[in-house]
Amino acid sequence: MGVIASLFEELLTILKTFLTAIPYLAAYIGFILVTLLIWQRVKRSFAPKRDFASLKTITFGDESAVKSNFAASVISIIAVFVSWGAFTGSSTIPSFLHMPEAFVGKTNFTYTAQSVAGIRDDASVYVIVHGAGVNVILPEVDDGQGFAKNDVMAVKAYRTKLLKWDVNDEETREIGAKIVAINGQPIAFGTDVDLGDIKVALTQKGTLNIKPDKGIQMEPIWLPAPEDVWGRLKEISTEGFKNYTLLEHLGFSLFRVVIGFIFGALVGIPLGYAMGLSDWFRGWFDPVVEFMRPVPPLALIPLVIIWAGIGEVGKTILLFLAALWIMAIAARAGVSGVRISKVHAAYSLGASKWQVMRHVILPNSLPEIFTGARVAMGVCWGTVVAAELVAAEKGAGMMIMVASKFQQTDIVILGIILIGIIGFGIDMLMRWAERVLVPWKGRG
Amino acid sequence: MSGLAIDKISMRFDLPDRSSVRALQDVSLDLKAGELMSVLGPSGCGKTTLLNIIAGFLAPTKGEIRLKGEKVTGPSAERGMVFQQGALFEWMNVRDNVSFGPKMKGIKSSETKEKVDHLLDIVGLQDFKEKAIYELSGGMQQRVALARCLANDPDVILMDEPLGALDALTREKMQSLVLKLWKETGKTIILITHSVEEALLLGERLIVMAPRPGRIHKEYSLPFADLGIEADLREIKKYADYAVKREEILEMIWNMEEDIMGRTEVEG
Ligand SMILES: Nc1ncnc2c1ncn2[C@@H]1O[C@H](COP(=O)(O)OP(=O)(O)OP(=O)(O)O)[C@@H](O)[C@H]1O
Ligand SMILES: [Mg+2]
Repeated sequence: MGVIASLFEELLTILKTFLTAIPYLAAYIGFILVTLLIWQRVKRSFAPKRDFASLKTITFGDESAVKSNFAASVISIIAVFVSWGAFTGSSTIPSFLHMPEAFVGKTNFTYTAQSVAGIRDDASVYVIVHGAGVNVILPEVDDGQGFAKNDVMAVKAYRTKLLKWDVNDEETREIGAKIVAINGQPIAFGTDVDLGDIKVALTQKGTLNIKPDKGIQMEPIWLPAPEDVWGRLKEISTEGFKNYTLLEHLGFSLFRVVIGFIFGALVGIPLGYAMGLSDWFRGWFDPVVEFMRPVPPLALIPLVIIWAGIGEVGKTILLFLAALWIMAIAARAGVSGVRISKVHAAYSLGASKWQVMRHVILPNSLPEIFTGARVAMGVCWGTVVAAELVAAEKGAGMMIMVASKFQQTDIVILGIILIGIIGFGIDMLMRWAERVLVPWKGRG
Repeated sequence: MSGLAIDKISMRFDLPDRSSVRALQDVSLDLKAGELMSVLGPSGCGKTTLLNIIAGFLAPTKGEIRLKGEKVTGPSAERGMVFQQGALFEWMNVRDNVSFGPKMKGIKSSETKEKVDHLLDIVGLQDFKEKAIYELSGGMQQRVALARCLANDPDVILMDEPLGALDALTREKMQSLVLKLWKETGKTIILITHSVEEALLLGERLIVMAPRPGRIHKEYSLPFADLGIEADLREIKKYADYAVKREEILEMIWNMEEDIMGRTEVEG
């Protein structure tokens, strides 16, 4: 019962989070539809060209009429960067696009303290709200008149700070003094007084909690501005990160993937062929392959670390295993997928067994193998990053892992972007190789 | 002894559920070298099975095939096959497909070039020699298949509905081509077809098979193939005795199909 109840609670939290996201989602979809309408207007007025697709009367439901709209892709990418900039106050976009930012600067307010005897006195508090990494020297302030003395304090933007207002006062909390108003507005525990740039709250113990306005921009430690990430890119590509240059980090990850994949293919393809051509081999390896296929390579990381340590050997073994089963299954499918009429044709044209193998079965399996290779490269790339997250001295995954420990979010984001770009690049390269090397794919 | 002997062939398929199908029973035929025989019959009467046995892809349960007096034990280059479709090698271009047979024998491509060019001229693909297979239309692909078979210079050409997937016009052109090639090369040809018209036009000999068990039901000797070499095939279709034969065979196959419908006979 306990499990179900906690699962239910979990589900409820998820649903609540989801519900709060719905307005944003709706706004985003609205934005997409608006750009679509604008695009259609613009297109109609500028280029009333009639291509074949525009002559089709039925386009809805005709999947052949749906091609990726390049303009939409461009706008979508621009939108991502603009909103990134808007929520980080980036200097790369005009400031009117910026979301309200967190308050930074000087402000002050007055509190009214009341002694046990019921006497009230006012004192000023000077608040300096400053960004991260800025050293603030607090100015001297005079005490002012009455038993309540003026205070000065510094608060980091996005943070809050307690003010023990009575440390310099003559009437302290210990002897029964308390605060009754801020800037003349009465205050009690549980209600904030909003002063615009900051909010002031009374805590249970009677101190004041100073909360500078956070705006709705993201704190740099959550999401740095694009130009900061770009700056980091320039910095670590020249100076490096943790003893290795950026190129070395990425290069090592890529190198591991390529080596692991090559070994995986070198073993997996012949294994797949053997399984496709001989029922004995099929029977022998089917249990192994079918068992290992659904095991995510990530689940092997701990075992591989135990067996081979965190060095290159361990990583290569892991990637080898990631690629092996995929390639074996692809090769097996490629061999089994040969049309019997092609094999028959080859034999009755006088080919020997070996020639059928070399000229029919092998080339016929290439498209499947290429598909497998594409999948395997993708899986290997994901696996290497994950493995480096766990343990490595260099590599893309290690870079973002270490950066996250030091809260260098810009490096984390940079790493994620680079990992994405490289993964995408690998896939494009594989597709290109496929087009060039097996142009007959899917057209047999 | 120079022909193809089909000697009391029986074929029985044992099914996983322990029943079995008599696909062929005691089929005997003698083909002289250079004969063109077409085979008709309702679906499932064992035509493909017979052809596969002759090609050597299947071993019959009884009987044997002899070519030039020698027993057939497996596929070989002397019995070429033209499939309905999808048997070309799409990883090779047209020329490499056609020169595949000679290449397997170890003949250099420089030596076969002239012959391959000539064959591609005959089948009307002179402008498509370097094209990829998937760039050709269905009719063109069948012409490549024909040329590929001929380039290997087999004694017997086996065709299983080679024109079945083509449109009427292309099909007619291909029929003329088959006749022309038969005349020029003098090959022994066995042609399976579902079209009675095609069987009549192309076969100087025609057998009609009957199903369950698959056997030869009736045999004809026909003049139309010889006539078709000179005359337009459409003219021949207007001949009175052509029409008579066509109706007779259609009736025959129709009755067999009627018979099959409604009862499925599988022997235990
Ligand atoms: N490999 C096989 N295993 C079991 N039964 C088979 C097999 N091949 C053919 N048969 C059976 O043998 C019979 C003859 O089949 P076959 O393919 O030779 O017929 P067909 O005359 O070529 O038919 P169609 O005109 O439809 O191509 C059918 O009943 C079929 O079910
Ligand atoms: Mg058949």
